[in-house]
Parts: sequence; structure tokens; C-alpha cells
Amino acid sequence: MTQVILFNVLNGLIVGAFYALMALGLSLILNLSGVINFAHGGFLALGAYLAYSLAPYLGFWGGLALAPFLTAALGLIIERVLIRRLYGRDPLYSLLLTFGLAFIFQDALRFLWGAQSVPYQIPGWLASPLSASLFFLTGYRVFMVVIVALAVTALFLILGYTRLGIRIRAGTLDLDTVSVLGVNVRVLRNLNFGLGIYLAGLAGVLAAGMLGLSPTIGDTLIMPSFVAIIVGGLGSLPGTLAGGLLIGIASGLTAVFLPAGTEAVIYVMMALVLMVRPHGLFGDAGRLR
Amino acid sequence: MKNLEGRIGTIILWLLLLTAPYWMPLFGGYTGLGTRVLVLALAAMSVNFLLGFTGVLSFGHAAFFGLGAYGAGMTIKYIYASTMLGLAIGVLVGILGAMIIGAMIVRLRGVYFAMVTIAFGQVFYFVAFRWSSLTGGDDGLTGWKRVPLDLGVTQIDILHNDIAFYYLVLVCVAVCSAAMALLLRSPFGRTLLAIRENERRARFLGIPVDKHIWMSFVCSAAFCSVAGALYAYLDNFVDPRAFRWEQSGDFVIMAVLGGMRSFWGPLIGAAVFVVLQDKISSVTDYWMSILGLLFVLAVVFFPRGVLGVVKRKQGL
Amino acid sequence: MGKLQASLHVRRRTLLKAGVAAGALQFASPFIIRARAADILKVGVDNPLTGVYTALGKNENFGVELAVEQINAKGGIVGRQVQTVVEDSTSDKTDIAVQKARKLIQSDKVDFLIGNVNSSHAIAIAQVAAELKTIHIVPGGHADAITGASCQWTTFRVCNTGAMQGNAMAGPLVNKLGKKIYIIAQDYAFGHALADGLTKAATKAGGTIVGTDFFPLATTDYSAVLIKARAANPDVLVDLAAGDDGINSIKQAVQFGLDKQLKIAGMQQELEVVEGLPVEARIGSWLFEWYWNQPNVPHVAEFVAAIRKKTGKVPTARTWFGFASMWSYALAANNAKSIEAVKVAHALEGLKLPPEVALMPSEPYFRAEDHQLVPSVFIGHEQAKGTVDPEDLFVVDQVVAGKDFMPPASETGCKLVYPT
Repeated sequence: MTQVILFNVLNGLIVGAFYALMALGLSLILNLSGVINFAHGGFLALGAYLAYSLAPYLGFWGGLALAPFLTAALGLIIERVLIRRLYGRDPLYSLLLTFGLAFIFQDALRFLWGAQSVPYQIPGWLASPLSASLFFLTGYRVFMVVIVALAVTALFLILGYTRLGIRIRAGTLDLDTVSVLGVNVRVLRNLNFGLGIYLAGLAGVLAAGMLGLSPTIGDTLIMPSFVAIIVGGLGSLPGTLAGGLLIGIASGLTAVFLPAGTEAVIYVMMALVLMVRPHGLFGDAGRLR
Repeated sequence: MKNLEGRIGTIILWLLLLTAPYWMPLFGGYTGLGTRVLVLALAAMSVNFLLGFTGVLSFGHAAFFGLGAYGAGMTIKYIYASTMLGLAIGVLVGILGAMIIGAMIVRLRGVYFAMVTIAFGQVFYFVAFRWSSLTGGDDGLTGWKRVPLDLGVTQIDILHNDIAFYYLVLVCVAVCSAAMALLLRSPFGRTLLAIRENERRARFLGIPVDKHIWMSFVCSAAFCSVAGALYAYLDNFVDPRAFRWEQSGDFVIMAVLGGMRSFWGPLIGAAVFVVLQDKISSVTDYWMSILGLLFVLAVVFFPRGVLGVVKRKQGL
Repeated sequence: MGKLQASLHVRRRTLLKAGVAAGALQFASPFIIRARAADILKVGVDNPLTGVYTALGKNENFGVELAVEQINAKGGIVGRQVQTVVEDSTSDKTDIAVQKARKLIQSDKVDFLIGNVNSSHAIAIAQVAAELKTIHIVPGGHADAITGASCQWTTFRVCNTGAMQGNAMAGPLVNKLGKKIYIIAQDYAFGHALADGLTKAATKAGGTIVGTDFFPLATTDYSAVLIKARAANPDVLVDLAAGDDGINSIKQAVQFGLDKQLKIAGMQQELEVVEGLPVEARIGSWLFEWYWNQPNVPHVAEFVAAIRKKTGKVPTARTWFGFASMWSYALAANNAKSIEAVKVAHALEGLKLPPEVALMPSEPYFRAEDHQLVPSVFIGHEQAKGTVDPEDLFVVDQVVAGKDFMPPASETGCKLVYPT
């Protein structure tokens, strides 16, 4: 039993890492631009489908490398045309707009790739457990963690050491001052949105290896990602990361005792965290009113 | 002048609602659709009571919608077959739920508040889903029907007569919206507006902000559970998904679509949302993208919601 | 197909979808229909066309469409040509499904209602149909209650119940795969029905259930339940998840290598699901309610060809459900020489499906006591790649006739009450 619990905590961490990847993208956009992006699941699904369609030409690795960039490119365009109109307005309009976008995404994906799930093939050596004694770890899950770790490290390096990243962080704290200091805030927000969507696309490709690829693939992933952000606290990317890992562990542990409760437990956990810490684990006071 | 225009608008609105069962069929509508619009409009107005006039976003009002619905349905199924008793118990359960939840979360603000309300809705969903011996679980609460109203001297057959049921719902919506309007005009309502405009200043003025938000939350939940009970009666059916965040999301969208600072905005939002979904989905499988496009266009062209534009012209 | 008939088969949606070639004919047709309204019999189809059940709903609707074409070619129902009115019930919003059912009956005045893939939608629609005295056939909602505790005199069902599937699969499971069984299932009415059905039947057949886990609908990570299942060390892991959850759970079970350590089986598998799986995950023993590759059964090849012409793909069990639902109503109404609901209901009770509708070895019939169709089922195993056809992903090992697995009507809990 102890062993089962241990295995589940480990797998919970892995799934949590995946949620964290998606949540980090959402969090980046929310922090700098105050936009609650309900279309994130749509971008995720698009990333997955692009990888699926690219795979016959570029192979699994080509798809993995290129699809998130293509998704991010669309993200940049959508930010230019639509999302930009939301800045400085009540965040509720971002809800209406991105809900609308999510609807459009789902229909468009169904139109292009069909309603039925498509088989997304991953390399054989990833699609099996590591070894007989490590049966509780599949090659794909280890691979996922590696990719997430690389992406998160890269993200924190970008934010910590590049000019763009430093500006994004500064903008998150005080956008007006950053603007006054001569930074082109429009470009900054545009690139930041693209960065967030890149993470969504990457999460999509990773999800497609584990889940059935259908137009609704992102629907069930979006709410846990929001929960991860809230548990970690708005405004804190390390908090988002921690929130993702925590909800992963919580549902992994619950699965041992009451598998039916794995969905409910993350909400219970969020409620408990907020009762004790009204701004999440690492968050600042919710600036969004 | 402004007041007069507003009043004329309200009178026209009520004339349209009062005659709806007779003109709707001319435009391809049907009574059930009109009733649905009214019920969801009431739910959206209740969300807006909190959102538009207190400045607090609840993304979990489905919790009270569901409590009202299950309260009403289970009363008729298990306790006593009376439409009015079911409604009363549904609302009481909703209020009780809101009093407890509200007390626990009233310290939270902004997105945190919204998310924790989702959490409570999801927990109720889980309970309704799992406790199938009582709630019917995933199959929903069936095997009961709304009952004709017994007024002593006469009976109104709201069960078989759809139009009679429409008018019952309209009466409920009228009573609730009058109550909301009165509340908003009272000193209590003015205080809520003050909190919406500047919470910190309100606090400095010595207003017990948390207590007011709690009271506003409970009032809003009470109206939402009326809508929930009526919704259960509409189909003689309750489904655990009435509790889920997607349902709450629909209410918020209706409120924002119609214009969240205006009193009747959510009603317009609900009408647009429900009627369009009904009509477009009969024509094409791709109705979601058309509805989605509408949301996008609304944000781009109606920055304050559909009614917001009208209001701004009036200088309100 | 004659010109008249083509025009009669207009649906609101086809109108929009109509290509340039068909355009002229299609657009002209509504006027023909209006002019001949008295000769038209309308059929309401209330099935999911958006959300997770879209593929299943569409396939059922294709089956209905083909049946309507055939019925119209043979003179229609009691001399009236059939026209379908199709509505999207959505996959998960029961209130919308109910609203559409009311709209179809009250506003569009359909005489017969078909729906739904989703069991809870089906139960709710059945309640509306009974209230409004309209014959309703459930093509593919599997919850036992539809022809059990919640049965209605107006409602009939084509697909199986959980108890039926459990009985049918238990024998082969225990005898061929192993006695120690671990069940994982979705935590909703249908998942519980399948798990209960299997638990009862497998215990009777001499097997032991070493564990059962229910997980929430639309679960994405199955590592926890899979690890727990493996720790219990069963001979067989029975995966009862349907739809996308089925894809997710099988895919992950294979990634955990469970298919190499124990046998994987399930009770209800669908071609739509198998086609969504990567090749390495097309494994295990399953039950299909209908399968297209039945070389020696009459009329199946024609049916497959007709659906292929229409959709470019082979028919699935869902296509057959829709097809059989529509035909059953036509046959019963023609037998009763009436479309009056009570008469059609009595004609449906005990109705035997002729070979060109049955499309399976035995002769399926509607049981009078609970309105459940008694069909055969197909038990076999999946194959990674089709031999005769790319879509031939299932090998039928045995066909079990309905009489061998139907639980007695007295056990269903159904009491039909006709209006007096």
C-alpha cells in the first residue's frame, strides 16, 4: 500500500508538471495583460493537431519542435487583432471574448480534422514502461517531465536574463512605469502573449501523446490549470508551478482511496488554501479588482 | 427626460414580455423557449446584482441555481406535491447555502473570490452526482412533475398549459426584479454601489464592507435559487450539471453580453444567447462558432454590452 | 433514387451544406415540401452534433438518413413520405436536449422521435416523449434505467443495457481470459451499470472481482487507477470506459505495459474509439454490438456499401443503431397501418426485425415487457491493422445470441403504464 501511494505521488507530480506547463502560459498572459484566456484549451488543441498533421512529413520530433511555434504565431496574430482591444478594460470582457474564441476554435478544429479522435503516434520506445522494476514510470511520462523541465528552465532564464524577460517581469509589477521608461508596451504584450501560447501549443503536443486527440482535448485541462494558478497565487510564476505540482499530488493521492473524487479534490484543496491564505500560496493581492 | 426614456423602455419591455406567447410563434419561437429565456435571465440578473452593482464576480452561482432546482424537485418528489412549497423550500435551501458559503469566503476579492465560488459549485456537483439514491445521480432527478396551482377558488393548470406556466415564471421574474430594484434604491443598495466604486474609501467611511458583500451575496443567491427552482419546473427534471462551472459561466456571459452595469442588460443577454443558440443550432452544426463570433463582435463593437450603448447615449 | 425522393430528404442542415452541384435541387425543395405537407411524416432526430459525442451522434444520424431513403423508396410510412428534422442535443447539456425534444414535438410537430447517444439525455427525452405521447426510440444510450426503472410506454431501445453486456461478456471473460478480474469504469450511470452487470455475471460464471474503481468522467490521467489495478495482480483488467475516456485509458494502460503483464478486455468497444487509438494500443478482447465485417450474413454488404457511398467510411455500431431505430418505427407503423402512438407502440412490442434491417445472424425483436431490443452481440479481439480493409480493426471470435444473455424482464424493474 505504501508503495502504491508512493507511485501515485510520483505520477501525480508528473501530471502536475503538465498542468503547470499549461498554467504557466495562462499565468504569463494574466499577469502582464489581465486577460483571462479561456481560449487556451483551443490553442492547446491546435498545437496537438498541428503536430499530428506535421508528423508524416517531419516525424514526431519535427512536429514537437515546429507545432508550438506555429501555434504561437497564430497567437501573435490574434493578440494583434483582438486581444489588444481588451487592455485597460474590465477583465470580464476578456472572459466574453476568449469564451467566444474557444467556441470558434472548437468548431474550426472539427471542421478541419473531424469530430472523431485521430490516432497520434509516438515513438515506440516512449510508449512503454522504463523497465520491469520501474513499471510505474512510462517512457512517455519521463519524457514529458524532461520537456516540461526544459521549457520551464528556459522560461525562467528568459524572464531572468533577457531584456524581454526583464521587461515582462517589470511590466507585471508596474506597466505604467515601464511604459514611461520608453518600452513599447504593445510589442511587449504581444510577445508575452505569444510566449504564453507557445507553452499552450507545447502542452498540446505533449497531451496528444497521452490522451485521445479530438477537438475537445483542451476542455478538461483548462479548469485544473486555473486552479493551479489560484492555489499558487496570482502574479507569481513559481507559485503557479508549485500550484500545478500540488494539484497533481492531491489527485494522485485521492485516486488511491476514492478515485471518483479526483476531480472534486482539487477544488476542495483550492478552497482550503484560500481560506487560510486569501491570495494563494505565493500570490499578491488580486489586482484584477 | 432621461428618466422618462428609461421608463418608456421598461414599459415596452414588459409589454413585449406580457404578450410574448402570442407573438413569438410568428417568428418561429415557442412558449417553452420564452420561458427558458425568462428563467435564465433571472439567473443572469441575480449574478449581475452582485457583479454589476456590488462589483463582485461570482463564477459559482450555479451552486444556488442547483440548490434551488434540487430543493424544489426533491420537495415535490419526496415531501409534498406543491409547486409553491417546492419553490419556497428551494429558495430557503439556496439562501442557507449562500449564508454559510458567503461567510466563509467574504474576505476574498477579485479572481480569488470567483474561483472559490467555482470550487463550492463543483463540490455540490460532486455530491449531487455521487448521492444517486437521493438525487438520481447522473441520470438526474426524474419521476416528479410540477403541480397545478390551487388558489382555493380556482386551479391554474401550469402542468399541461405551457402558457400558464410562462405567466407564472413571468410573475416570479417581476417580483424578483422589483425586489432587486427596491434593494438597489434603498440605502443598502447605495452602499453596495459605493463599495463597487471604491472599496477602500467605503471602508474608511466606516462601512462594514465584508458584511455588506455577504448580504449582497445572499440576496443575489436567493434570486438565483428562484431561477433554479423554476428551471427544474420547466422540464420537470434536474441534472447535476446545473451545479457546474460551465453553467455559472453561461450566466456571467449573459450578464456581460447584455451589459453588466444596466439593470435589464442580463435579460437582453440571456434572450440573445438562448434564442440564437436555439435557432442557429437548428440550421448548422457549426452554431458554436457563430455564437462565438457574436461574443467577439460584442466585445469589439459594444464595449459596454448591448444595453450599455443605449445607456451611454442617454448619458447614464 | 428518384428526384422526388431526393428532394423530400431535405433537412435544414443539408440545405446549408449542399454543394454547388446539388444546390439547385436542394434549394428548390422546401417549397415542394410545404405544398405537400399533409403527405409528409416528420421524424425528429435529437442527437449530439457538438462536443465529445459528436462522432457517435453523427454516425447514428447517417444510419437514420439511409433508412429514410430506403423507406421512402419503398413507399414511405402508411403511404406518407418521411422527412427528418435534425437538432443538436449537445453532448453534455441535458436541458438543451430536453428543450430540443419539446421543440421537435410541439413546434415542428414530428410524429416520431429518435435520440440520444447520452444516456441521461435519453432518459430525460423519454420523459418528454411520454408526456407528449410521442413514440421515441433510443438508438444508443446504454443506461439500464431507460428500459428499466425509468421505462415509458412510448420509449423503445435498440442498443444494449449494461446487464445484457455483462451477461454476454462474463462467460468468455472468465473461461478464456482468467478468473481474477479487476474493473475500472467511469463514475456515472452507464459505468456503474456495466460494472454491476459484469460483477454479477462474472461471479456466477466462477470468476472473482479483485477490485473495482470508478473514476470521474473526462479523467485525463489514469496512472493512479492503473497502478492500483496492477498492484492487485489480476488476470484480466476490464476497462469499461467509453468514448474519449476509453481512448485515454487504453492508451495509458499500454504505455504502462499492462497489456504485456495481464489481459486487457472490455465490454463495449466502438469502431470510432479503435480508429482513434495508435496502432500499439489496438489490443484486447472486447464486445461489439454490431460489426460491419460479417461475410456470410445477408444484406450486410449492401448496407456497408450504401453507408460508404454516403460517408466514405464503413458503418459502425452507431450507424446500425440509427438505421434500425428508423426502420423499426416504419415497420411497426406499417404493420399497425397507423401512426397513432398507442397502436405503433403495441406494434413495436414483439416486432421482429427482418434480415435487411437486422443485419446480424439472429432475428432481433423488441421485448414486449420492457421495450428492449434483443439482438446478438459480437465478441472478439482488436487487430492493429486491417487485413481485408484498413477499417477492419476487429476480429469476431464468437457471436452470442440474445436468448443466451438477456436478463429476465422481471429483473429490469420496468413497469409499463399505458394511458387509459
